[in-house]
Amino acid sequence: MPTVKSPHADQGAPPRTPDLEPVGRADHSHARTMRPGFLAKLVLMAVVDAIGVYCLLAAWNADAWGIFAAMLVLLVAANWVYFTRRALALKYILPGLAFLLVFQIFVVVYTGFVAFTNYGDGHNGTKQQAVDALLVQDEKRVEGSPSYPLTVVSQDGTLGFAVIDPDGKTLVGTAEDPLTPDDATVESDRITAVDGWTVLSRQDILAQQKAITALRVPISDEAADGSIRTQDARVGYVFKSTLTYDAAAGTMTDTESGAVYAPNDHGEFEAPDGTTLPIGWRVTVGFENFTTAFSDSRYAKPFFSILVWTFAFAILSVLTTFLLGLFLAMVFNDTRMRGRKVYRMLMILPYAIPGFVAALLWSGMFNRRFGLINNLFFGGAEIPWLTDPWLAKFSVLFVNLWLGFPYMFLICTGALQSLPSDVLEAAKIDGASKLRTWRSVIMPLLLVSTAPLLISSFAFNFNNFTLIYMLTGGGPQFEDASVPLGHTDILISMVYSISGIDGSAPKNYGLASALSIVIFVIVGGISALAFRQTRKLEEIN
Amino acid sequence: MRRSIPVVAAALGLALTMSACSSDSSSGSDATTAPTTADTASASATTPTDGGTLTIWVDETRKKAVQDAASAFEKETGAKVTLVQKNFEDIKADFIAQVPTGKGPDITVGAHDWLGELTKNGVVAPIELGDKTSEFEPVSIQAFTQDGQVYGLPYAIENVALIRNTKLAKEAPKTWADAIKAGKAAKTKFPFLIQTSDQGDPYTYYPLQTSFGAPVFEQNADGSYNPKLAMGGDEGIAFAKWLAKEGEKGTKNLDTAITYDNATAAFAKGESPFIVGGPWMLDTFKGMDLSIDPVPSAGGKPAQPFVGVQGFYISAQSQNALLANDFLTNYMSTDEAQTALYEAGNRPPALISAAEKASSDPITAGFAAVGKDAVPMPSIPQMGSVWQFWGVTEAQIISGKVDATKGWNKMIDDINKAIGS
Repeated sequence: MPTVKSPHADQGAPPRTPDLEPVGRADHSHARTMRPGFLAKLVLMAVVDAIGVYCLLAAWNADAWGIFAAMLVLLVAANWVYFTRRALALKYILPGLAFLLVFQIFVVVYTGFVAFTNYGDGHNGTKQQAVDALLVQDEKRVEGSPSYPLTVVSQDGTLGFAVIDPDGKTLVGTAEDPLTPDDATVESDRITAVDGWTVLSRQDILAQQKAITALRVPISDEAADGSIRTQDARVGYVFKSTLTYDAAAGTMTDTESGAVYAPNDHGEFEAPDGTTLPIGWRVTVGFENFTTAFSDSRYAKPFFSILVWTFAFAILSVLTTFLLGLFLAMVFNDTRMRGRKVYRMLMILPYAIPGFVAALLWSGMFNRRFGLINNLFFGGAEIPWLTDPWLAKFSVLFVNLWLGFPYMFLICTGALQSLPSDVLEAAKIDGASKLRTWRSVIMPLLLVSTAPLLISSFAFNFNNFTLIYMLTGGGPQFEDASVPLGHTDILISMVYSISGIDGSAPKNYGLASALSIVIFVIVGGISALAFRQTRKLEEIN
Repeated sequence: MRRSIPVVAAALGLALTMSACSSDSSSGSDATTAPTTADTASASATTPTDGGTLTIWVDETRKKAVQDAASAFEKETGAKVTLVQKNFEDIKADFIAQVPTGKGPDITVGAHDWLGELTKNGVVAPIELGDKTSEFEPVSIQAFTQDGQVYGLPYAIENVALIRNTKLAKEAPKTWADAIKAGKAAKTKFPFLIQTSDQGDPYTYYPLQTSFGAPVFEQNADGSYNPKLAMGGDEGIAFAKWLAKEGEKGTKNLDTAITYDNATAAFAKGESPFIVGGPWMLDTFKGMDLSIDPVPSAGGKPAQPFVGVQGFYISAQSQNALLANDFLTNYMSTDEAQTALYEAGNRPPALISAAEKASSDPITAGFAAVGKDAVPMPSIPQMGSVWQFWGVTEAQIISGKVDATKGWNKMIDDINKAIGS
């Protein structure tokens, strides 16, 4: 049987490849001797290490400690694996393993984490960031107040502002001392020197820009009059704010109404009367996203029809592409046919076009009025290929058939060519008819090698977002549903739409992650079951 | 050489992984390393030669113009400005995602209708323009204002208008009926072109809708929007009925088969005297004799299109807020900078003095004149729940799939539910 065995290279090589025999290991391992191969390895590892160290430095500079740690582990592991004698298997596996970690495991774990948070619009950052944003959005310029030409000054390390008021008087103040008149030198409407104070140079200002933008100088002893602040160190304005943050208690207080906003379970500041402040932060919310996904009544009805269509789409896609691919493979496998190679090459062409480009092209060709298909084949009849619910479903399947059959054609051709001729001969000698041979010998043998690929094709089509998004965008819309979903939407495009990532609703990454996990469970479960079935198939043979 | 195959693979693999993470951090490292050097410099009380660093996200069209202003800024202040080119469509989502991680830019270009989402996520800081406020077109400042604070420095105003092929129609139509009559008289394939598509295009259709007196949201006295739908009621229904009457089961002047690409291609070929569109279409119509007029009124009231304002936002987590504010208020609000941005993007400038200069071009002047009567596109967060229902319902009514009154009322219900949830 043509089964592929995974190479257990560390157990010594099969006898067919003498150059890997244990003899070489004992004294002069390939890994240590100064052969050209070893030199090449040295150079390549040097390149890897150089890039790795550069990456570490970049991560260090950006305070990206997660990346730094992961990079360090990978780099050490890479060096160890390629310079030790004891890790022959790892030498083959490591690159793939690294990719698996970075692009699969990390993404899966992170998605799982996000599914239990309320990450999304209004819950975008940390609590501190929400507090900062609330305070800065609340602080408003006093209406009708003048602008003050401003100079940043300092005295014994204390920062202050020197400003010119509308009457031309010069005033100086700090965070503690409100503005008081002070003599100063004014040149072309700017203060250039103040007695007892140092005027900060541009460089000094930039060096302390956080402190300067945070500085508030009260304009009088009355706090209610507001305070001067500056955003560019050139002009100051009078600002007033009504919210104050109590860092010790972790609460926000509205100084005008006296309401105290305390953090609630959903990462928002909430007053006793239930009102909340507009900006929240990310918190974990347990299984809430999973319950919302199934309890929102607006989704109940479209969810069911979308689920059915998703299964229908995935199963029909696999079936149609497989049958067409198999049929063509058998036809072109007939030795009596001339020019088979040319035909085969042409057959594979759709496979060479990126899926999203092809989907876009087809969506243009299916256009009711301007599309090639209606104009060329149907004499300008306005057939609503993409706007009628059933025709749109047909079009999606048709385009997927066009996109998918070359793949099935390829694997079936491969499987057919590797069928053992002795079995076929035996069938012939036993007097089996062509149909009988096909049904009892060819198909079972073919399925052993193609069934796993059919399962993966099912899993792929179950989540074939690109095709749906590019071809119909899920449309035509359900006329009776209260959510922007359509007749050709599959589960994954539904997730995209209801989690607001397409911009049609407030973004909710938590909900999107939770739904992706649900889809993963469905696809994973079905695939696991199916794989178990194929194992039985193998046993029969 | 057998042994070197996995090594090559490993090297490639690691190199790819690393380049992936290094490019990730490069945009952020500038922003985050700058304050560290600045802090140490101030602590040691020496005069640093470093004038600070600014990271700005720009799209391809605007890059050159911002680069010019940045060079002037660098020369005068000794600061270093790093421009990161991004796709305009990616900027909003990336900005919201990256600012909280500290990896976002100090400044980004953006559109005013992002404002609600940006403030809700706490990623933008207000800008105090002070006396400069009066130097900008009022509608542009109004668009960037929320709750009394200005959050962006506007640089361009864009809106749709009626683009007329003067060879095919000599006069600007006042009403929809005039336009259709003139379009039929021109004996072209289409009397009137307006992009629709299966998903609908409420943005382009908005002037027609407002001509029935059905604005999307209620407006407060100061021009800001109140999250209360105003397009229900008799006016909205009248518009919906009109859509059905002019749609595919009626006069067929409106058609969901017309997409942006079909419409612009047909107009460029001279297949219609009229198209509703904005300055972004002009490149397609090079060499044609055009005139820009107000969109004809279909419902009797003035047809007010949406105004979109483009501007610059400052990150709420910027470590260089002072530098960023200085750059925007004193270098990007100048006549030269705004004119350079106009020349790059073809949109009428938001700065009045630059707009006056740009008005020497009759096309720009035409769009600006229509923009004078326009209303800003709502930037309140609730607007996000409106677009898709709105467009799809319009498309369904035009194609005759749903009854105008029923469909429109259901849309109002659905939007209200989506806003409430």
